[in-house]
Amino acid sequence: MERIPILKMGEFLLVTIQVDMHDRLALQLQDDLTNRISQTGAKGVLIDISALDIVDSFIGRMLANISLMSRVLDAATVVVGMQPAVAITLVELGLTLPGIRTALNVEKGMELLRAYAAGVASGGGDGGANVGADGEGADGGPVR
Amino acid sequence: MAQNGAGRFADVLAKHEAQILEDWVADQRRAGGGRSLGRLSEAQMREEAAEFLRLLRQAVQQQAAAGAGGETDTDGPGWDAVREFLAGLSRSRARQGFSPTETAAFVFSLKQALFAHLAREAGGDADVLFAEVWQATTLLDQLGLYTTTVFQKSREEVIARQQEELMELSTPVVKLWDGILAVPLIGTLDSARTQVVMESLLQAIVDTGSAIAIIDITGVPTVDTLVSQHLLKTVAAARLMGAECIISGIRPQIAQTIVHLGVDLSQVSTKASLADAFLLALQKTGRGITRGAGAGVTSGAGPAA
Amino acid sequence: MADPSGSETLPIRTSTDVVQVRQAVRRAVTQLGFSLVDQTKMVTAASELARNTLEYGGGGTVRLETLQEGARRGLRLTFEDQGPGIPDVERALTDGYTTGSGMGLGLGGARRLVNEFAVTSEVGVGTRVVIARWK
Repeated sequence: MERIPILKMGEFLLVTIQVDMHDRLALQLQDDLTNRISQTGAKGVLIDISALDIVDSFIGRMLANISLMSRVLDAATVVVGMQPAVAITLVELGLTLPGIRTALNVEKGMELLRAYAAGVASGGGDGGANVGADGEGADGGPVR
Repeated sequence: MAQNGAGRFADVLAKHEAQILEDWVADQRRAGGGRSLGRLSEAQMREEAAEFLRLLRQAVQQQAAAGAGGETDTDGPGWDAVREFLAGLSRSRARQGFSPTETAAFVFSLKQALFAHLAREAGGDADVLFAEVWQATTLLDQLGLYTTTVFQKSREEVIARQQEELMELSTPVVKLWDGILAVPLIGTLDSARTQVVMESLLQAIVDTGSAIAIIDITGVPTVDTLVSQHLLKTVAAARLMGAECIISGIRPQIAQTIVHLGVDLSQVSTKASLADAFLLALQKTGRGITRGAGAGVTSGAGPAA
Repeated sequence: MADPSGSETLPIRTSTDVVQVRQAVRRAVTQLGFSLVDQTKMVTAASELARNTLEYGGGGTVRLETLQEGARRGLRLTFEDQGPGIPDVERALTDGYTTGSGMGLGLGGARRLVNEFAVTSEVGVGTRVVIARWK
C-alpha cells in the first residue's frame, strides 16, 4: 500500500507531501505520524507542503488533527511552505486553521521547532512564526 | 429601370466625386463651427474626406459590378478597406479627445452633400430618389455606427490598459530590512486592487523569505467592511504561509469606522505609524535600534515601544 | 474523454476518482489560461464538491464544460448524484453545518470560491450542484 514517507532527524520527524493525496492516503499519514511520535518520543513534527498545489477542507482538517494529536503527545507541529495561491484559497474557503503553527520554509520551520524544544518559544502566541533569523538575539523586550 | 440602385449610386459617386467632396468639406466646416477644426486642420479633414469618398466609391462600384443590388452588407469582404479606414479614423479621434458623436458625425455629415447630388440625378422621379436615398442612408448609418463601435472599443482598451498600469504602479512591495517587507497602500481600495495587492505581497513574502510584512494604510482615505475583510484575509493567508502582518497607519476616523463596522482586528498587530510598525518588526526578529556613534541597527534588545 | 464541444464527464465512485476530478479540472483551467489563484480556487471547489458527491450522494458524476461568452472564457462543473438529497439547502450552505465527517465548509466554502453557484436537490431523488468560474 502506498504511504507518505516519514523521516526522523534527531528528535524531530519530517514529512514532505509531494503527491496529490486522496483521502485515504491522508488518513493513513495521520495514523502513521501519531504512531511514530509515540514510538520515537519525537519533540516536533515538520510537515512540508510546498509541493501541494491545493489544500482543501479535508487536507486542512488532517493538518489540524495532526497538530492537535501531536500536542497531546507532547510534540510541536509546524506546517511549512504553503503556496500563496493555496493560502488565499484556504482563507476564502473559510479555513484559517488557527491551531496550526506555520513557517515559510523548512529552515525556518526547524528553527521554530528547536526553539519550542528548548522551551524558549514565546508562550501565549497562537502559532505566528515570530522567531527571528538570529534566534540567539531574541531576548527582546515586551512584544506588544 | 435600366440600372439597379447600387449601380446608380455608384455612378453618381464616380461622376461627382470631386464636387461631393467640396460640398461635404464645406458642410463639415460649417457644422464644426470652428470647434472641431481647432483640433483638426482643414487639410487633414479634407484628406480624410477624400480618402473615405474614394474607398466608398470603390466599394460601391465593386458591389454594382458584382450585380448585387438591394440590401448592402457593410460587414462583407468588399467593405474591408472602408471599415479599416474608419477603424483607424475612430481610434485616432478617440485619442485626440473627440466624442463618439463627433466621430460618427464625420460619416453622417456626408448625407447632405450626397443626397443633393442624388436628387439632381434623379431628375424629379420621387420613387427613384426614395430608393436611392434609402439605400445610401442605410449604408451610411451602418458605417457611422461602426465608427462608434470602434471608438468605444478603443476607449475600453485604453481604460483597461490604464487600469492595469495603475494596479502595477500602485502596489509596490518594498523590502525594509532583511526579512521585513512593507506595502504602502495609497488611494481607494476596491476588491480587484486589494486582490492584486494581496497576491503580490504574498508572492514577495515567499520570494524574499520574509517572515514579517507591514501593510501601511496611511494613504487610504476610507476603509469599508469589504476592504477591512480583504485586509484580514491577507493577514490570515500570510499567517498560513508562516509570515506575520502588521497593519500600520490607521487614522482615527478609520479606527472609529472599523469599530463601528464590528470588524475584529484583535488578532492582528496594529500600529499608528509605519515607524512604530517597523520597530515592532525589528523587535520580533530580535533586533532593535539604538542611537550611537557608529552603530545604526544592532542585534539585541532594543528600547521597548 | 473530451468530445468536440469541449465537455467531459467523469465518474465519482472512489476517493481516487476525487483526485482524478481535481486533475481534470486543473488541466481545463490551465488550458483556459486562468491565473494561478483562480486555478487553485476552482480546483479546490471541485475537490470539495466531488467529495460531497461521494460522501453524501453515494457517488455520482461531474461534467466539465468550457464556456465562452464574448471575450470571456470560463469553466462550468455540474455534479450530480442519485443520493438521499439535501432536505434544507439553505441550512446546508451555512458554515459549520455538516452531517458527515467534514468541517462543514464543503458547500458554503465552495460557493465562495466561484462566480456562479446553484444547488437543486430533492429528498430521495438526488442532488445537482452547478458551479462556474470565469477567467
